[in-house]
Amino acid sequence: MAKLRYAEALNIALREEMTRDPSVFLFGEDIGTYGGVFKVSKGLLEEFGDQRVRDTPISEQALTAMAVSAAMTGTRPVLEIMYADFLPLSLDALVNQASIYEYIWKEKVQMPFVLRTQGGGGAGAGAQHSKALDVLVAHIPGLQVVAPVTPADARGLLKAAIRDPRPVIFLEHKLLYNMRGEVDLDSEGLVEIGKARTVQPGTDVSIFATSKMVIDAEKAAELLAKDGISAEVIDLRSLRPLDLGAIKASIAKTNHAVVVNEGWRFCGYAAELSATIMDHAFDELDAPVERVTLPDMPIPYSETLEASVLPNAEKIAAAAKKTLA
Amino acid sequence: MKNAPSIDDQVEMYRKMIACRRVEEAFGTLSKEGRTRGPIHRCDGQEAVGIGATAMLTDEDYITSTHRGHAHYIGKGVDIYGISAEILGRKTGLCGGRAGHMLIADPAKGMIGGNAIVGAGIPAATGMALSNQILKNGRVAMTLFGDGSSQTGIWHESMNMAALWKLPVVFVLEHNEYGLTVHSDRQGSTKDISERAASYGIPTEIVDGNDALAVYRAVSTMVERARRGEGPGFVECKTYRWEGFSTSDMGGYQDPEVIAEWKKRDPIKIAYDQLVGEVGAEKLDQIERDTSADVRDAIERALADPLPEFEICNYTAPYSGEVH
Ligand SMILES: Cc1ncc(C[n+]2csc(CCOP(=O)(O)OP(=O)(O)O)c2C)c(N)n1
Ligand SMILES: [Mg+2]
Repeated sequence: MAKLRYAEALNIALREEMTRDPSVFLFGEDIGTYGGVFKVSKGLLEEFGDQRVRDTPISEQALTAMAVSAAMTGTRPVLEIMYADFLPLSLDALVNQASIYEYIWKEKVQMPFVLRTQGGGGAGAGAQHSKALDVLVAHIPGLQVVAPVTPADARGLLKAAIRDPRPVIFLEHKLLYNMRGEVDLDSEGLVEIGKARTVQPGTDVSIFATSKMVIDAEKAAELLAKDGISAEVIDLRSLRPLDLGAIKASIAKTNHAVVVNEGWRFCGYAAELSATIMDHAFDELDAPVERVTLPDMPIPYSETLEASVLPNAEKIAAAAKKTLA
Repeated sequence: MKNAPSIDDQVEMYRKMIACRRVEEAFGTLSKEGRTRGPIHRCDGQEAVGIGATAMLTDEDYITSTHRGHAHYIGKGVDIYGISAEILGRKTGLCGGRAGHMLIADPAKGMIGGNAIVGAGIPAATGMALSNQILKNGRVAMTLFGDGSSQTGIWHESMNMAALWKLPVVFVLEHNEYGLTVHSDRQGSTKDISERAASYGIPTEIVDGNDALAVYRAVSTMVERARRGEGPGFVECKTYRWEGFSTSDMGGYQDPEVIAEWKKRDPIKIAYDQLVGEVGAEKLDQIERDTSADVRDAIERALADPLPEFEICNYTAPYSGEVH
């Protein structure tokens, strides 16, 4: 076992997959010489050369469309989009290209590419560099969307994503890159896309989250434990496909549910989770599902303002108590 | 000479360049000390572009800026205390701490605004020019942008429409050789980006971006054309980034010798040399002392200001009517 930073775990996954499969290549802004602004691709240009590790111009719209078509023609591109806030620039390639071709062309093409990006607040990066836009991509049939929180899952899911025959949007969080966790480098460590993970078992209320929100949910569970409430924390890991079985099993046990997402509330990913639970586990619920999200407004810059809008452990714990009240 | 600024205008540009340099230095230090929120994108050594290019504009003219906009804001006459307080996330900032260091705007000064989506300011200014044309208000829109942002698709789309519709917009390229960490030679296929603008039928000029006077002259020619309804202009200002991409840049990819060479061509020194014969060293030194003191006071005042209190934004709420 090695204690690795999240960014290092991703770096290892990229190296492993590039070594294993020569059709894997990386491209994106500042990923080569500099090794990526979050240093995820550090050292890979030196190791694999500038054909397979490419610094690009600032051209997200074309880059994403190129990832789609390159994937259709024999390579496995891993594209880095520096901030999730730039996903709107990628959306045409995702919504109108990547997501439709396999189906409309009768499974005669596939597009095995990975789009890595990172979102989320808490770094004072302002309204154009702090958003979690999970729902923009999770909404689209034909895309898979994962958002791991631990270094082990980061490695395992990235490897699985690169090997997957279909597009995967890989969502990271800027506050996770320096967090450490155990990674077993002696094993392949693949993590199946679409499988949730029980972070901590509990009996009174289920808290469902992804990415950095899982850490806040764990802290919320500690707060709740002080009040004698046993919270079960489930890391969904994959936003699409969603592990409905794990959600139902947990709610069957606790009969109470809190869903957490760092995106906006209205039409947000938490709204989808909440509706999914209503559709599939209504009979198991003793109280309405509680959502913890960003309020429906732009993310402000100043410390006091930003802290007020972001979900946190206190807000999650309060939501859990509300379901139990 | 036509399109030459008066001596007073030149002195004012000199003063603004000093002010901007002091802002850069102060925020560089504050950032190192962990007293700013997020990194600062410094423009030391590039002041002549933002300040020279905006000096002939009025408050009614518009500019759009970038993540590296301090010289643009100061050139456009935005108050340094308000800028500083905003960078520091204070209640008294120009945007009450909501916008922060990359997204500052001051509509009263025609500065709308900073933008951290690379390239986004270019169509934004083009749209302002469209509005000016429709309103026949004689205003000009200007966008200041980088070599990196010139690689975006919207750059081309904007050039085309600006030329096609003869919009009163002036494109000012602040070419500092880097788009984040990647050198412009490895981002673009043409040596001079203005070649591409020329291919859309836009008049272009390449100038020494460290010479505020040269920037002023080239840009004011384009501004006058645009005001007369003769369409857009493009000025490529060649300069260099001294202080890394931002205060969180880990460096290692810019050649220290190249930086040292460029520092010898400090735009403030160039402006000083151009002015000293006319106004004398004593006056210029006095301006430097007074301006430095003013900036120091403004930043100290901003530092002492309170942080804002949060209020929910009601007009972005998704429900109509009263919601409880
Ligand atoms: C659409 C988009 N892509 C990428 C980025 C990340 N980014 C911020 S600044 C920058 C480089 C911009 O280079 P340039 O336009 O030359 O401006 P400079 O930093 O040199 O002032 C990049 C890639 C961004 N903010 N927006
Ligand atoms: Mg640049």
